[in-house]
Amino acid sequence: MQLTANRWLWLRGTLGSVLGKLDLPLVIIAGTLLALATLVMASATADFGFRFEAHLVNLAVGLSVMLLVAQIPPLRLMQLALPFYLLGVVLLIGVELFGETSKGAQRWLDIGFTRIQPSEMLKISVPLMLAWYFHRHESQLRVRDFLVALVILIIPVGLIFHQPDLGTAILVLAAGVFVIFFAGLSWKLIIPVLVIGVVAVTTVAVEGDALCAEGVKWPGFKDYQRQRVCTLLDPTADPRGSGFHIIQSSIAIGSGGVFGKGWKEGTQTHLEFVPERHTDFIFAVMAEEFGLLGCLVLLAIYILLIGRGLMIAASAPLLFSRLLAGAISLSCFTYAFVNMGMVTGVLPVVGVPLPFVSYGGTALVTLCIGLGLLMSIEAHRRSRRRDR
Amino acid sequence: MNDLHSPEIQLVRFRRRVLFAGALVLVCFSLLLARFVWLQVVMHDYYRTRAEDNRIALLPVTPNRGLIVDRKGEVLARNYSAYTLEIQPSRVDNLERTIDELAGIVHIEARDRKRFRKLMDESRNFDSLPIRTRLSDEEVARFIAQRYRFPGVEVRARLFRQYPNTELASHVLGYMGRINRRDAERIEESDDAANYRGTDHIGKSGLEQRYESELHGLTGVEQVEVTAAGRAVRVLSRTPPQQGNNLRLTLDAGLQRVVETAFGDRRGALVAIEPSTGGVLALVSKPTFDPNLFVDGIDTTSWDALNNSPDHPLLNRAIYSAYPPGSTFKPFMALGALTAGKRTPQFAIADPGHFDFGGHRFRDDKVGGHGSVDMHKSIVVSCNTYYYRLAADWGIDGISNFMAQLGLGSRTGIDIDGESTGVLPSQEWKKKRFKRPDQQKWYAGETISVGIGQGYNAYTMIQLAHATAILAADGVVYRPHVVRQIENSRTGAIQLIEPEPIRRVDLRQADIDVIKRAMEDVNRVGTGSRAFAGAPYVAAGKTGTAQAFSLRGGDLKTSKLTERLRDHALFIAYAPADNPKIALAVLVENAGFGSQSAAPIARQVFDYYLLGNLPAGPAPEDTDATDSE
Repeated sequence: MQLTANRWLWLRGTLGSVLGKLDLPLVIIAGTLLALATLVMASATADFGFRFEAHLVNLAVGLSVMLLVAQIPPLRLMQLALPFYLLGVVLLIGVELFGETSKGAQRWLDIGFTRIQPSEMLKISVPLMLAWYFHRHESQLRVRDFLVALVILIIPVGLIFHQPDLGTAILVLAAGVFVIFFAGLSWKLIIPVLVIGVVAVTTVAVEGDALCAEGVKWPGFKDYQRQRVCTLLDPTADPRGSGFHIIQSSIAIGSGGVFGKGWKEGTQTHLEFVPERHTDFIFAVMAEEFGLLGCLVLLAIYILLIGRGLMIAASAPLLFSRLLAGAISLSCFTYAFVNMGMVTGVLPVVGVPLPFVSYGGTALVTLCIGLGLLMSIEAHRRSRRRDR
Repeated sequence: MNDLHSPEIQLVRFRRRVLFAGALVLVCFSLLLARFVWLQVVMHDYYRTRAEDNRIALLPVTPNRGLIVDRKGEVLARNYSAYTLEIQPSRVDNLERTIDELAGIVHIEARDRKRFRKLMDESRNFDSLPIRTRLSDEEVARFIAQRYRFPGVEVRARLFRQYPNTELASHVLGYMGRINRRDAERIEESDDAANYRGTDHIGKSGLEQRYESELHGLTGVEQVEVTAAGRAVRVLSRTPPQQGNNLRLTLDAGLQRVVETAFGDRRGALVAIEPSTGGVLALVSKPTFDPNLFVDGIDTTSWDALNNSPDHPLLNRAIYSAYPPGSTFKPFMALGALTAGKRTPQFAIADPGHFDFGGHRFRDDKVGGHGSVDMHKSIVVSCNTYYYRLAADWGIDGISNFMAQLGLGSRTGIDIDGESTGVLPSQEWKKKRFKRPDQQKWYAGETISVGIGQGYNAYTMIQLAHATAILAADGVVYRPHVVRQIENSRTGAIQLIEPEPIRRVDLRQADIDVIKRAMEDVNRVGTGSRAFAGAPYVAAGKTGTAQAFSLRGGDLKTSKLTERLRDHALFIAYAPADNPKIALAVLVENAGFGSQSAAPIARQVFDYYLLGNLPAGPAPEDTDATDSE
């Protein structure tokens, strides 16, 4: 009896310490989001049920990974930053040299027993690396440090862009830029970049016709990338080809109205007009079936999720934790914004999934790692406070 | 300076940036929200309509075309369902290769390829065109198994027109063909455009063309939900098509068959009319053609063969070709003379064998003449001199006015397109016909030839048969028609076509009787007597010979001329004489005298129609018949 009681106490203690690493607000927010995602997924995959089962498996794997990552204390994470970063870059070079081509882009690396997509892990290891780098130089940050950070960022982003995988390159770049921003990059540098960005976007929007004229090349861009921007500017120019996605998803969203057509009642979705409806364009499915109300709920959940992430960042005791948490939160925002922007036709179609909703194991695991990291950081803060 | 790096200041600065980031997030999400509101609230109606347009397709359901049956119900045109292998050229990259590959699965002949090419030239964009029709079940199965290899190629079950009697009555029935660009433009401009969605074929000639609007039926519509790929998922609603109306003809298929057999290989035309109704009993133009050839698009080889044949099988000789009536004109001349008071039955001339007018000698066929000739004898022996004089006395405009009342020189109004007017000469006609003033003047000498049915005279067989029927019916005029009634197969409603007389020619019965007795004697003792020897009924008739080639002053024996320059043989007749049930006009091209080859055909027609006797073969040619006409 005594033995059993001890064992029970031990079990409770271990479980308590494992689960204790979880952040309740994040768990509730992410849980709500994943439940909504599962509902939408059930509709989007109605015509091929095995995808839905696979989605449930992905969910289980993702949550396990999150739980696991949450156990790793930030100090241990700092030790992993450099090796992970180097491994990621080496694998990217491997892709560049020996990668497999699929859908016109070299993204996959065959490592014997399975194929992996190294660019995906860079979404985590780049902010990890940069946060660690800035943390090490915390006391005397200079311009030189920012230049080094830029080099650390540019190498993997350049390799990914060259695959070419514009969507991932943007996400990795964004994650890195967020770290640099939070590390205290001078506003004198930020504001001009923002201005140039706004001017560039405006130029493309206004001069779109000339830039998209037949035979015009954009230096540094692949043809299909140029095509995506041009399609966004005028989807009707090629309604059967590349404009089809944007037109049909806009129709799906717009026809949903305020209250939506009802779960599994979306005609655009179920008659196969919405392309990629369980992956990149799943937002169109949700907007068609749940309407503006569904969109508002989704936006609210994302705001809560990002808000909670930023709160964790703001109260984290270490610079490393602050930078990492901030970058992860804003990365999540980037995912959501770029995806919803492209599906509603205000951003070009780049392959960015809707975070926690789109089908796809790799992306979900990456996002869950991010959640796990936030939880680890928050748990670390709580434990330090207790220690005091 | 070091304050900048103190942890507290750093934390404050970091939190400021977090706030800035949070604000940026809210701004960006507000922009997205604005976009959602724009799409889902402001533009909702527009996108809802677009979604419905995407989802719902209206598919036309083609109606069955109405049947065509003869007066007794024998089917002359019907529909059958067959599998066709169709290619949508706009969806196929390499047409040649696709057809080559298809040829490995189903049998595709060179003529199929030729026909396909022709269809492509004539078709509208995005049409689905048949490369093969009438696929066997095995071929269908073989194609379905490999269908994935052929995007833009499909097997379809389609209704085709079929003429079970092949060549029989093809000039009456006409034929169907695929809707070509010109048809499509015409349909597009008509009120019927919607009704032709889904219809590939249209009547191109004959009854198929004239009664297109009756035969076509009403196209139904199916509202279906379709996927992006165009696959129909379920039917939302369906308005069934309404079958086209059936046509029941006045035509007697058996009689038509007898006539076509009677002609054998000879060219010519015959029109038989029921005098008491104007119903056309038989309308033959030889040679004929097989309208089935046109149904799924005629191939170029067959088309060239039909189109370039010197016999012109596509030409409808019965209603389009106008021939001089020759001596068959004489009974009408005689009737007119009596009616106009230019002659009495008893008035007789002494025939010297010729008639001299203005220094020109018009000859009779019989050297030395017929002696004393009154009206009766003039018809029975077909005396030219009598009519030379009559024409000279009467004058061209008098003749013209009378003949016009019998319908000569104008379209009879038969319900088949392509009728020509022929030529009823008059002073006015000549003025219109010619340009130069010296040609426009009418010469009295020209009237003389007109009197015996030569000269400028030219009438179609439908006109001659029509005039004969008017005579047989004692002056009552019915519009010749082929369709007796239009039947709605769904409601059973029947629409009868004009059984009532449209007018009556102002004639005296006594005058009519004179002509009728003379025509009866033509077949008893005159030029028709050999053909009608032993007939158990009395048939009235008149033979005729039309010059195919104008001989000026010569009297060459026609048999010496090459076949195509020989005269045409004519015969008009009706029977039984006391109560005419059938009136006809027949012409055999380049066959010499009417008594020789035209009258025997009429005999077979009457024997069949009045007695039910089926002839053993083509009508005999009476080579001994050399009687003057």
